[in-house]
Amino acid sequence: MSFLSIIGILIVSFLAGMEGVLDQFEFHQPILACSLIGLASGHPAEGLALGGSLQLIALGWMNIGAAVAPDAALASVAAAILVCVKNTSVSNGVALAIPLAVAGLVLTILVRTVATFLAHGADAAGKRGSFAGVYAYHFIALSLQGLRIAIPAALIMAVPTHVVTDLLAALPDIVTNGLKVGGGMIVAVGYAMVINMMATPALWPWFFLGFALASLSEITLIGMGIIGVVLALLFLQVSPEFNKTSGGSSSDDGGDPIDDILNDY
Amino acid sequence: MANEIKLTKTDRFWVFWNSQFLQASWNYERMQNVGWAFALAPALKKLYKSKEDRAAALKRHLEFFNTHPYLAAPILGVEMSLEESRANGAPVTDQTIQGVKVGMMGPLAGVGDPVFWATARPILGAFTASFALSGSWLGPILFFVVWQIIRMGFLWFTQEMGYRQGEAITNDLSGGLLQKITVGASVLGMFIMGVLVPRWTTMNFPAVVSNVKVDKDAQVDFTPLVNAANHGNVTVGKIRDVISSINGGNSVTPTKTTTLGDIFDQLTPGLMPLLLTLLCVWLLRKKVSPIVIILALFVVGILAYWAGILGA
Repeated sequence: MSFLSIIGILIVSFLAGMEGVLDQFEFHQPILACSLIGLASGHPAEGLALGGSLQLIALGWMNIGAAVAPDAALASVAAAILVCVKNTSVSNGVALAIPLAVAGLVLTILVRTVATFLAHGADAAGKRGSFAGVYAYHFIALSLQGLRIAIPAALIMAVPTHVVTDLLAALPDIVTNGLKVGGGMIVAVGYAMVINMMATPALWPWFFLGFALASLSEITLIGMGIIGVVLALLFLQVSPEFNKTSGGSSSDDGGDPIDDILNDY
Repeated sequence: MANEIKLTKTDRFWVFWNSQFLQASWNYERMQNVGWAFALAPALKKLYKSKEDRAAALKRHLEFFNTHPYLAAPILGVEMSLEESRANGAPVTDQTIQGVKVGMMGPLAGVGDPVFWATARPILGAFTASFALSGSWLGPILFFVVWQIIRMGFLWFTQEMGYRQGEAITNDLSGGLLQKITVGASVLGMFIMGVLVPRWTTMNFPAVVSNVKVDKDAQVDFTPLVNAANHGNVTVGKIRDVISSINGGNSVTPTKTTTLGDIFDQLTPGLMPLLLTLLCVWLLRKKVSPIVIILALFVVGILAYWAGILGA
């Protein structure tokens, strides 16, 4: 592997690590991280395919409040290096990504703990009225988040290719195929996380409507998206929750008298 | 007040830019506190010149803060307008500044999570992943470009809204508009999840349930074609006979095999993925960690493959 490739992969890893906490440019999302590592390593097609598959699995991995989700950054970066540099198959890459996501979770918790001490450094700088000091502590913490991914990436690259392939070859058939079976099912966990976050009794019917329409394979996802937007807009127009006509204007449209009384409360 | 200090569009732009690093030093004690101070710093620098004023400003903005990273934007806008009045001598107390921050961060986090993390990103991710899986670079490019437009547009627009309206925005946000967006996004999100569950969850059930011998009349008769091929006189007509027999719905094999998967598909396509997803939702509600569920599914995958229930 060329020197440029190594530098390229390390830069992508660093970006992915920073975005894993920032959640703005989304470089830690598999579809970007894996594709970019594919480009940097000279195996764009593999990176793109892995990125697509992992993205589906990671759809629901989100940081909510203080709870930290499985780490998409380490999962996509490390799996992409295994696939694009170490010649692992895409389906094995997907299976390996999961334990990596857990390892990444541990690392991010570690960095977030270290950041607690850095925040006290920022306090001290603040007492001196020094903006530059606050900035410095802020970016030290951010670089640690970048290194959280870049260092493991460098370690994985340092492992000789044949060690990885030998290890994978040593796995019995039942395990590799079983992991493939498991990999097909784990997208459901991501869906469940998304659903769990939104679902209220009033919203479940929409889920089942989508499920029923899904078997119409003539309708592409874009078509489904259009249907979904139309349904959402219709719902907002029809839903009584959003149709409380405000103030005096309700009298001249001859609305339901009970509704008007309720509005007064 | 002879010369009032005003925050210019450039100042507000830098606050917007810095706010993208809100979570850089996210920590377990005060969460986004340093990031918040960093985001507001361009405005504070402009408004306060003396060391004491700056130290006091940094102190009050290094307090606990945590919300959805994008929904911090309207709060930043409001706080900028508050700090601006304070710097110009208005009686804005520390309590007001803290109160507005704390009062807005909770409800706004509740809006950002369903809209951005549960609807916008999964849907955009799903669309673009389907491009990537078919080998098109449009996938990652669209994902990146569309996301930045949505995100930066939202950050700038809501921050400006917060700055212009000041505290009045609190009523606006807790009232109609944002709630409408949340509900609308949730309807769209739930609908699309319903579509994705059966389409993209792979579960094959190859276990053979029955082998039924197919009646001779319902089978494709290959003999004339085979004989002709062996004697070297295959004609278009004979091939056509076989194909039309297949198209007529006759069985190609002497036995008709029904797998477990066929039965599930006859009930309704995607039934098992649906049940699996509902099981996962139930487990998540029982506070089972998603990591545990994922690892358990791998174990189930290996066992079920070994038992021949699920196929790769």
